[in-house]
Amino acid sequence: MTYWTLTESDIDRIAIGVGILGTGGGGSSYLQMLAAKEMLRLGHRIRMIRPADLPDDAQIIGISGIGAPTVGVEKMGEGGEGERVLRAIEAHTGRPVTAILGDEVGGGNGIYPMITAARLDLPVVDCDAMGRAFPEVQMSTFFVGGQASQPAALSDSEGNTVVITRASAPAMLEKIMRAATVAMGCTACMTTAPISGAFIRQHGVVHTTSLAWVLGNAVISARETKTDPIAAILDQAGGGLVMRGKVVDIERRLAGGFVRGRLVIAGLDSDTGREIAIDIQNEYLVATEGDKRLVMVPDLICIVDAETGRPIGTEEQRYGLRVAVLAIPCTPLLRSEAALKVMGPRAFGYDYDYVPYGIAAAALPVPFYDHPRPDHPSTGD
Amino acid sequence: MTLIRIGVDVGGTNTDAALLRGTTVLATIKTATTVDVTGGVAAAIRSVLDAAAMPAAKVGAVMIGTTHFLNAVVEGKHLRKVGVLRLAGQATRLLPPMVDWPKDLRTLVDGGAEMVGGGVNVDGSPITPLNPSEIRAVCRRWRAEGVGAVAIASVFAQVDAQPELTAGEIVAEEMPGVALSLSHRIGRTGLLPRESAAILNAGLSALGAATVAAFRAAFAGLGLTCPLYLTQNDGTLMAADFAERHPVFTIASGPTNSMRGAAFLTGLKDAAVIDVGGTTTDIGMLVAGFPRSRSEGAVIGGIPTNFRVPDVHSFGLGGGSLVSAAPLTIGPQSVGFRLTQKALCFGGDTLTATDIAVAAGLVDLGDRARVAHLDAGLVKVALARMKTDVEAVLDRMKPSAAPIPAVLVGGGSVLIEGQLAGTSACLRPDHFGSANAIGAAIAQVSGEVDRVVALEGTSRERALDAVIAEARTRAIEAGARAETIELAELEETPLSYLPGNAIRFAVKVVGDLAA
Repeated sequence: MTYWTLTESDIDRIAIGVGILGTGGGGSSYLQMLAAKEMLRLGHRIRMIRPADLPDDAQIIGISGIGAPTVGVEKMGEGGEGERVLRAIEAHTGRPVTAILGDEVGGGNGIYPMITAARLDLPVVDCDAMGRAFPEVQMSTFFVGGQASQPAALSDSEGNTVVITRASAPAMLEKIMRAATVAMGCTACMTTAPISGAFIRQHGVVHTTSLAWVLGNAVISARETKTDPIAAILDQAGGGLVMRGKVVDIERRLAGGFVRGRLVIAGLDSDTGREIAIDIQNEYLVATEGDKRLVMVPDLICIVDAETGRPIGTEEQRYGLRVAVLAIPCTPLLRSEAALKVMGPRAFGYDYDYVPYGIAAAALPVPFYDHPRPDHPSTGD
Repeated sequence: MTLIRIGVDVGGTNTDAALLRGTTVLATIKTATTVDVTGGVAAAIRSVLDAAAMPAAKVGAVMIGTTHFLNAVVEGKHLRKVGVLRLAGQATRLLPPMVDWPKDLRTLVDGGAEMVGGGVNVDGSPITPLNPSEIRAVCRRWRAEGVGAVAIASVFAQVDAQPELTAGEIVAEEMPGVALSLSHRIGRTGLLPRESAAILNAGLSALGAATVAAFRAAFAGLGLTCPLYLTQNDGTLMAADFAERHPVFTIASGPTNSMRGAAFLTGLKDAAVIDVGGTTTDIGMLVAGFPRSRSEGAVIGGIPTNFRVPDVHSFGLGGGSLVSAAPLTIGPQSVGFRLTQKALCFGGDTLTATDIAVAAGLVDLGDRARVAHLDAGLVKVALARMKTDVEAVLDRMKPSAAPIPAVLVGGGSVLIEGQLAGTSACLRPDHFGSANAIGAAIAQVSGEVDRVVALEGTSRERALDAVIAEARTRAIEAGARAETIELAELEETPLSYLPGNAIRFAVKVVGDLAA
């Protein structure tokens, strides 16, 4: 097997990249970044594996945090939650889990599975089910591709663990899980039904951890060479710069457990005189300029600090922030009719159809799989 | 009787003092900051009293803004070992206390971190019960090891502070004389940064006590009998006996005093403040009379905290900035406090921004004849460059393209000539050089509360009123006059990805000091 063994500096890069891919949601990656580095300091290793290198019949589960980010920064994890859901699924299926992944690369969940992987010395698959962040469990290319709604499991920091043995549909699973999460103090660890290597290759958004690394590396390199981080991000991610500007209005309200709102950004420098509005439903969903829709979900709207390239989440948005708004085309997997039904504009309550922004270039794996760095071998189990 | 106040701002280079009667500035002075901070403050107070021929006994209050405690953290000096008690049950064990501290500071301060039962969920239900015997056992060990300061952080202390209060009582019983820091009185939502702030506060407790004692001794020597206050991160005041237990609140108070002084001197509530010192220029925005704060928390000596600090953009332009001709560069290198030895106009050999201003006739400093030889073209382009550098930063800081008034303060602000682009007016008020000390003198008193509330069985308005009432109580405790208290900041964050509406309110009220 060929692995990419992560270093602390890889984790720094991935933490920035998952923030960019979080499209404003998914929660901060800061605490997960700290936890992953702490794992390495304690002598654990974190190994990434390419989807192509997975055996067809590998049994893989996704491990993610579920709940409110504001709760997650207070009642942080215990560390063993992932192991408990994994063991619960193994007990239920009678088969060992051979690798894990994160269903959601955007935000803290892009690093979350690495903690469990480090503790159990299992590889993490360089792949997710969104290529970004989404607010609900059923919003996943795996469910669109036919992943079963059961079994699924949840566990909290105090060891409470739930196995869901039957859910009528992914949307029902979302409902059950959300309710159990509230009982667990509004923050928990979740997993859904095991999937195979063959299934992941067909329905997964591949090499998204690699993409996160590449984006984070672009930002850090630009800072080091004092060049423009925005150009560096776009150079790697494709897509385009929507506008550079300054936040002039932010409106947030709570509806049905989700933050909805609207952000108004006024253009600066060469964009002076322009004004765009961005709808928020946990993530940045739709960007408009006057009557014109510029970018819409599931394409990625990413907002970063105009000078440093630091990704800015919806909860951090404040009047006066200087930002760059970027549009990145989503994976073709999210543009199918079946996927748009779950993750397109109409799934978020808009009464119009999706108009794609550009065409995504397939993300490539980082070179470290084939060209390991001296102290971080890419082979061995 | 009108209150007579002295404000003192201790900066890296200069210590400024201002004497005010009510809202009238009677005298300002500027002295060099001394290694012995207390001595420098005493000297500054003595000279400002002399300048106004004011007897010390008539002074009603002294306010001091100091970077003393920040320097202690940055330099890793005078910090004591802290025992850390985190009340969380099994939760949070993934990230132990001080996990994101720089190693050297952690080694210096870490007196042992224990994660024990306690903490509540966001709905107020206990995560696990507090276990007094568990806490007593930890305390006995710390006591045997000579730990004299303890920080306590409980999960969701903003929802329920009782676990921290109860644990604090137990610790005080087991460790008589211990310096205690409870996180709910120190920081905001976010366990790790709030806990770090509480640990820093406990670590500074010995220095806090010693510093306040030294100030008091110096006061006695000067014949001052009035109350002493220190300015906090947000530019408001805390009484000395509160400050000695909360030294961490002074830690990021730097730019705030200048901005508040600028608001006072001009009467403007919404304006840009451009503070040009010896080495750097700080540009910040006044919104409703207070500095606009940054969205991210302050990082202090490499330690992430969630203190709100002013959103200030600093860059290397000041009176001591080095100027070279071809190609034209100004700063960021500076002669700093050696201006009066190094600058050409003072007989030195270094061309500084101040020399340009003197040659252009903007200010009368040193000997103008010594800069008469400077090329008129160079003087002109250098002045223009300084102005465009300031204008570029100003434009980025402004909330909108509409012109706004700008206030120029600080000794180096004489470098800026005429009206800046994007401004409706540029004011350089009287006493502009001591705006920082004046800002300290006129500082108000605040009360801050950060709470997470569930909206079941109550309305948003009623919940908010309760939070504001609590902030008012804190402000009055800190010395504010009730009838002057106003709401200064309200931050409302809905908790997302959850059914059942819960909201986090962060509220700050401010009022005038009770005479």
